[in-house]
Amino acid sequence: MHIIDRRLNPKAKSLGNRQRFLRRAREEIRNAVSEALKKRKISEAEGGEEIRIRSKSLNEPSFRPGREGQHDFVLPGNKEFVVGDRISKPPESGGKGGGSHGSPDGYGEDDFVFTLTKEEFLDLFFDDLKLPNLVKTKLKDVRSPTPVRAGFTMTGSPAKLNRVRTMRNSMARRLALRRPSLDEIAQAEAELADAEAETPPDEERIKLLSDKVARLKHMRKVIAYIDPFDLKYNRYERLPKPITQAVMFCLMDTSASMTQSLKNLAKRFFMLLHIFLSRHYRDVQVVFIRHTTYASEVDEDTFFRSTETGGTVISSAYEEMLRVVKERYPVDEWNIYAAQASDGANDLGDMMRCTDMLEHQILPLCQYFAYIEVGTNISESIIWSGFSPLEDFHKHFAMRHVVTPSEIYPVFHDLFSSSER
Amino acid sequence: MTCFQVRKGDGLILTTKSKTSRKKPLFEGADWNFDTLKRIYDTVEKVGVSDLKLDIYPNQIEVITAEQMLDAYTSTGMPLMYRHWSFGKQFARESESYRRGMRSLAYELVINANPCISYLMEENSATMQTLVLAHAAIGHNHFFKNNYLFKQWTNAESVLDYLAFAKDYVKECEERHGLAEVEIVLDAAHALMRQGVSRYPKVPQSARAEKDAERKKRRRAHEDSVYDDLWRTLPVKKARKPIRQPVKSPSGNDQIMELPEENLLYFLEKYAPRLKDWQRELIRIVRMMAQYFYPQRQTKMMNEGCATFTHYEIMNRLFEKGFITEGSLMEALHMHSSVMMQPSFNDKRFSGLNPYALGFSIMRDIKRICEEPTDEDKDWFPNFAGNGDAMGTLKTAWADYRDESFILQYLSPQVIRDLRLFTLHDEPDELEFEVSAIHNERGYREIRRSLALHYDASVQDPDIRIVDADLNSSRRLTVQHRVRGGRLLHKADCDRTMQHLAQLWGHRVKLLEIDDESGKVMREQEALPLP
Repeated sequence: MHIIDRRLNPKAKSLGNRQRFLRRAREEIRNAVSEALKKRKISEAEGGEEIRIRSKSLNEPSFRPGREGQHDFVLPGNKEFVVGDRISKPPESGGKGGGSHGSPDGYGEDDFVFTLTKEEFLDLFFDDLKLPNLVKTKLKDVRSPTPVRAGFTMTGSPAKLNRVRTMRNSMARRLALRRPSLDEIAQAEAELADAEAETPPDEERIKLLSDKVARLKHMRKVIAYIDPFDLKYNRYERLPKPITQAVMFCLMDTSASMTQSLKNLAKRFFMLLHIFLSRHYRDVQVVFIRHTTYASEVDEDTFFRSTETGGTVISSAYEEMLRVVKERYPVDEWNIYAAQASDGANDLGDMMRCTDMLEHQILPLCQYFAYIEVGTNISESIIWSGFSPLEDFHKHFAMRHVVTPSEIYPVFHDLFSSSER
Repeated sequence: MTCFQVRKGDGLILTTKSKTSRKKPLFEGADWNFDTLKRIYDTVEKVGVSDLKLDIYPNQIEVITAEQMLDAYTSTGMPLMYRHWSFGKQFARESESYRRGMRSLAYELVINANPCISYLMEENSATMQTLVLAHAAIGHNHFFKNNYLFKQWTNAESVLDYLAFAKDYVKECEERHGLAEVEIVLDAAHALMRQGVSRYPKVPQSARAEKDAERKKRRRAHEDSVYDDLWRTLPVKKARKPIRQPVKSPSGNDQIMELPEENLLYFLEKYAPRLKDWQRELIRIVRMMAQYFYPQRQTKMMNEGCATFTHYEIMNRLFEKGFITEGSLMEALHMHSSVMMQPSFNDKRFSGLNPYALGFSIMRDIKRICEEPTDEDKDWFPNFAGNGDAMGTLKTAWADYRDESFILQYLSPQVIRDLRLFTLHDEPDELEFEVSAIHNERGYREIRRSLALHYDASVQDPDIRIVDADLNSSRRLTVQHRVRGGRLLHKADCDRTMQHLAQLWGHRVKLLEIDDESGKVMREQEALPLP
C-alpha cells in the first residue's frame, strides 16, 4: 500500500478543458459579457462574473429514449395505494407527446450558468480591443525609491539596532567564554565565608577559595555583557518601487445639452478606462467631477443621473480637478489619468483660459488625458477646434469623437494605440 | 493487539483505561496525519482481509484537495484523461453548484485499476478517512477484482497506461490536425458512446471465417456421401417462420461486415469509408472508454451496496475491537445514514431509488436470511436461507451477478416491504398512472421483475443497430431502432446525434424506428454530412 500526497501537485489540471469549453461557447459568452458590463458600476467593471448562456454548441446529444410510449416505474414509500389505484399525471409531463417538442428551438434545457474568473472576463472583454500587449508597452512605470530590508550590518545608527540579533550574539559569546553569573560568584563567596568561619581555619582552602572568587570577579569584569562585536544593525537599501496606485478623473459636462444617452456613451468610455487602469495598478481610485458653469466633485450615481441647467464653463472643472489633486493626490505618489467627456459646447470667453489651463497646468500632471466628444457635429464644436492644436504637441493628450456605443471600443483602441507614435 | 503498534512520539493521545479492557483507539478527534492514515489503513485492511475474507488488489491511497477532487470527477473520474470541452463544461457546472453550496463533494473516488487507486479528500476527518478507506479501498476494490463483468471487460492492469496513451495521442492529433478537427471527431464519438459498447465478446473475424469455411466443406462432403435422389420425391413441409426474421441487408454486405452490428463506434472505426487513420484511432479511444465504463453502469447499485456493506461491517468490527471510539462510530453512523437516505416518491428530495440504500438493504437482508431466516425466506431462498455463511453467500453474489440479475435473484419480500416499493404503469394515452403492484403477496414478483428491468442497461438503452451499409453504390448507412413499448427516441437529440453519425460515416445515413412487436416503421429520418 502506498499513500501519496497529491495536494501539492500542479493545480488547474482541467485548465485545458476549461479553455476548450470557453472557446466552444465563445460567441455566447462574449455577448453575455458585454451584456453584464452594462449593469455594472465603473469601479466594479472588473472581477469575476456569473455568466448565463443558452448555447446550442454546448449540447451533448445522444440516442436516448424520449417521453413517448409506455413506462413502468418502481418507487419507494407507498403509504396508501393498493393495486388498481389511479394517480393523475403531473401537468408538465401530462398529455400526449410531452412538452419538450413544443417549440422548434426549445430543447427543454436550462440555461447554463457558470462563473468566469477575473482574468477570463477581462480577456473576453479586451478580446475585440486587442489591447493586452498594448497595456504592457504603453503605460509607464513611474517609480519612487523606497527603503527595503536587506540583511544586517555591523555598523549603523542606534535607531536601527536589531536587538534580537544583538542579544543572541551576546549570549552566545558569554556562554562560549564562560562569563560567570552573579549566582556563581555568590556561591563561591558563600563557600569562602563558610571556610573562614570554620575552626580551626583551613588556610589552604581559604586561599584556594578566595583566589577563585577573585578570578570569577575578574572574568566578569573582563568579559563584557555586550561587546561592540555583538552589535547588529538592520540594513536598508533604497529600491525604486513602482507606484502602484492611480487616480482617474472623470470630467463631464452635465448641462442640459448632455442627454442621458450621451451620458451612457461617456460611461462606457470611463468604464473601459477604469478596467484598463486597474489591470496595471493595484489601487485605482475614481474621482467624478461634473460641471456646468461651476464644478463639483460628486458620487457616481449623481454623476451619471442628475441633470442640471446652466451654461458650460469647462475651466471650472479643471480648477476643481487641480484642487482635488493638490488636496489628496500628490503627484509623486499617484499616477493621474483624466478623461473628459463633453458635447463640445463651451462658453466662448472661457475657451482661451481653458486651453491655457489644460496645456500648462493639467497636462504636466497627467500620465494621460483623453478627451472624447459625444454626439454633435465636430464642425460646430468650440472645444474641438480649441483643443485640436494641443494634440500635435502633447503625446499624452488625445481626443476622439464618438457617436454610437459601437464606436466606443474602436475609439478606445485608437486612443491608446495612437499615443504610441 | 496484533495489527497496529502505537509508536512513540507520533502524537497519538492515549486514552485512560476504561473499565472494559478496551485498546487504545487508532485516533481521537478529527485530526490525522500520514502516520495515522497508515495505521488506519493497516487496521482496516486487516479486518477486511482476515475477518471478512475479502480479496483485493493492492491499494494506492492519494490525498487530494477539494479542487483536485472537482478536477478528478469532472473528467470521468480518471486520473488521466484526454482534453475535451465537455469535461470543462462539466467542471464549470460542478464547481458552480459546489460554490453555491447546492452540492457537497464526493468524499472519495476510486479507480478500477491495479493497484487500485483511491482518492481521499484532505478535509475529511479521521473518522471519515476510516470510513472511506473501508468503503473504497476495501469494498469497491473487492468488487472490482471479483465481479465477472469487470474481469471480462476491463483490464485493471493496463487501464492507466492506455489512458496515458490516449491523452498523448489526442494531444498529438490536436497539434498536427488542429483543435477543431479533433473536436469534430470526439464530439461525434461522444454522442455515440452509449452505442459504442459490445455486449457479447467478439469472435475474431478471421477465425470465424475459417471455421465457417471448414464447416461448409464438411457439410458438402457429408451431403455428397449420403445423397439419394429418392429424398427429392418427398413432399416438403412448409418451414415455420422464425420468431424474428434475421435481418437480411439488401446490399448483401452483411456477411463481410457481420451485420447487424450493435456497436456503432466499432463499425465506424472498421468500415467508415472516408475516415483517416488518426480519426479511426480517436473513435477507438472513445470506444475503449465506453467499454471500460460499461460494467460500472451495469453494477452501480451492487458496487455501492458492496462497498457500503463492507464499510458498515468494518466500522462495527473496529468499534467492537476498540480501534475506534464511540464518538467516531457515531460520526460514521451519522454519515452512513445520510448516505443511505431514501426519500419517498412524493418527497421534494426524491430523485429516484438511491443505489446505496437499495444495494445495502438487499445485502443486509441476505445476511439476515443466512443467519436468522423466517419461513417466508425459506420458501423464497431455499438455497441459502439459514446456511450461516453470510459472507460466503454475499461474495458469490458480488462475483457472479450484475444489478439486474442480482435483483431478480436476491430482492426479498422483506426488503420490498421495508422500502414499501410499488410500481406505476404509464400508458401514453391515459391521463393517469396506474398502480400495478404493491408490497403484497401478489406484487412481490411483479415488483422484482420491473425493478430488474429498470437496472438492465440493455433494456434501458435503446436497441440501435446498423443493419445495412451499401458500399457499392449509394454508400448509404442504414440504422435501425427497435422500439419497445412505443418509446421512440428523443426527437431533438436524435436529430443532432444523427448528424454526428453522418459526419463520421461521411455519407447519407438513414434511421428507421421499427416497432419491435408489429415490425411497423414508426418513424424514419435521414441525415447528410456537412461538407
